[in-house]
Amino acid sequence: MPAKGVSTGMIEAPVQEPRELKDDGSVRVELVSRTFATRRAAVDALAGMTLHVSPREVVAVVGPSGCGKTTLLELICGLQKPDSGRAQAAPAALMPQRDLLLPWLTAIDNAGLALRARGVPRAEARRAAAPWLERFGLQGFERTAPAELSGGMRQRVSFLRTLLAGKPVLALDEPFAALDAITRHEMQGWLGHVLESEPRTVVLVTHDVEEAVIVADRVVVMSPRPGRAVAEIEVALPRPRRRTDAAVVALREQALAALGVDA
Amino acid sequence: MSRVRRLLAPALLLAALIGIWELYVDLHGSTFSLILPAPHQVAEALYTDRGLLWSNFLVTAKEVLLGILLATLIGFVLAVAIHFSPLLRRAAYPLLVASQAVPVVTFAPVLAFWLGFGLLPKLVVIALVSFFSIVVTMTAGLAAVDPDLLKLMRTFDASRARTFWHVELPSALPGLLTGAKIAVAVSVIGAVFAEWNGSNSGLGYVILQSLPQLLSARGVAAVVILSLFAIGLFSTLALVERLALPWAYRSSGEPAR
Repeated sequence: MPAKGVSTGMIEAPVQEPRELKDDGSVRVELVSRTFATRRAAVDALAGMTLHVSPREVVAVVGPSGCGKTTLLELICGLQKPDSGRAQAAPAALMPQRDLLLPWLTAIDNAGLALRARGVPRAEARRAAAPWLERFGLQGFERTAPAELSGGMRQRVSFLRTLLAGKPVLALDEPFAALDAITRHEMQGWLGHVLESEPRTVVLVTHDVEEAVIVADRVVVMSPRPGRAVAEIEVALPRPRRRTDAAVVALREQALAALGVDA
Repeated sequence: MSRVRRLLAPALLLAALIGIWELYVDLHGSTFSLILPAPHQVAEALYTDRGLLWSNFLVTAKEVLLGILLATLIGFVLAVAIHFSPLLRRAAYPLLVASQAVPVVTFAPVLAFWLGFGLLPKLVVIALVSFFSIVVTMTAGLAAVDPDLLKLMRTFDASRARTFWHVELPSALPGLLTGAKIAVAVSVIGAVFAEWNGSNSGLGYVILQSLPQLLSARGVAAVVILSLFAIGLFSTLALVERLALPWAYRSSGEPAR
């Protein structure tokens, strides 16, 4: 189903400045500021954040905890409005930090949730999801409840659910942060592999610099709160990338230095 | 723990309580047993009055089952309406709480006046005393849905109705069942009070007739049957929960793998 023309329900357009949809799959966040009022004080999440992502580019956004990374993704997905600046993006689907699989649905029905959300009948959603489950190494687990799946499998189902939303932009919010180290490494390699055959515009938010260098075409480093982009690192390395490669290690050190972490 | 050992503790406690009760009544003499009959007298009444108790039990059981069904329906509709309308929530919640503070006996005569002496006023009384727990637990279930899940559904372009159907309603079903389990015990009491006004059958009626006739053993026998019935209903709902919502049972029962 085309992603165009289905996004009316999702966007809460600001009155003064309508959110513009980009049809080509790109993302343009221009000098965006966002402040939250809490009970005690106003918290500046973002201040002058700029991020441009070309169609089919994979950009990793790294930054310290609480630097407004999740806010950035929600702006891209149209779940929030900027206080100032502009956030334009093609229709984007979110992959949340926790897998948030519905415990009463099987793996295949969780994968097809985005289709069901648009009113696609269950049988049709299953037909659409089935070949993907096989591609993602989940054959035989179609009728398994999320509680019976391993952490890596749950994340793959969660990613598939986002992919099947059919949006040109994928907003991934620390997708592998909750996994153990070995599974995380496997999943990072797996994601790079999937995106090669299934190219999408990807904004991957992470605090794991190594993950950023392994997966992304470009790494954007954010400052502590209020967040803004302070450095950009091109990752012009062939895939699959190995953690131990000198080039990968060098880029990792460069990103860590930009974050202000002594390596 | 094995099944036998799990059942041993409550069985021992029950036996001890019955033993103390028996001893207490026996020590106070036969006149006292007219006020509080001894367990062996209750057992006797259960046996000799079995025909009377059974036929009246069927009447009360029907009232309770239909009453709970009505309460569940009312509770469900109200919870959904309150969930969708913050205005209704603010307006109706205080009234709902107030409705629970009203002793049913005070308006049972009015209900009999409006609705006659048949089944309907009994159902209304039972539903009135038991719908509240269902509204509260189901509303809480609907409100407890993870906000990140709702955001996810928004990026999937889900309408409000589809988000409700696919995410919120299933999340709230365990709450609905919890409310129904609480309602079960209350509904039995509701049935007894309902039968105290304008009825000539049911275990509540039996209790009302037995006490002034000094047939207190029969009255307590009726109470025993009502208690067993409540336990049976509660267990049935617990079983329904395990079979129909295994995911909720799993997440609250054993640790998930």
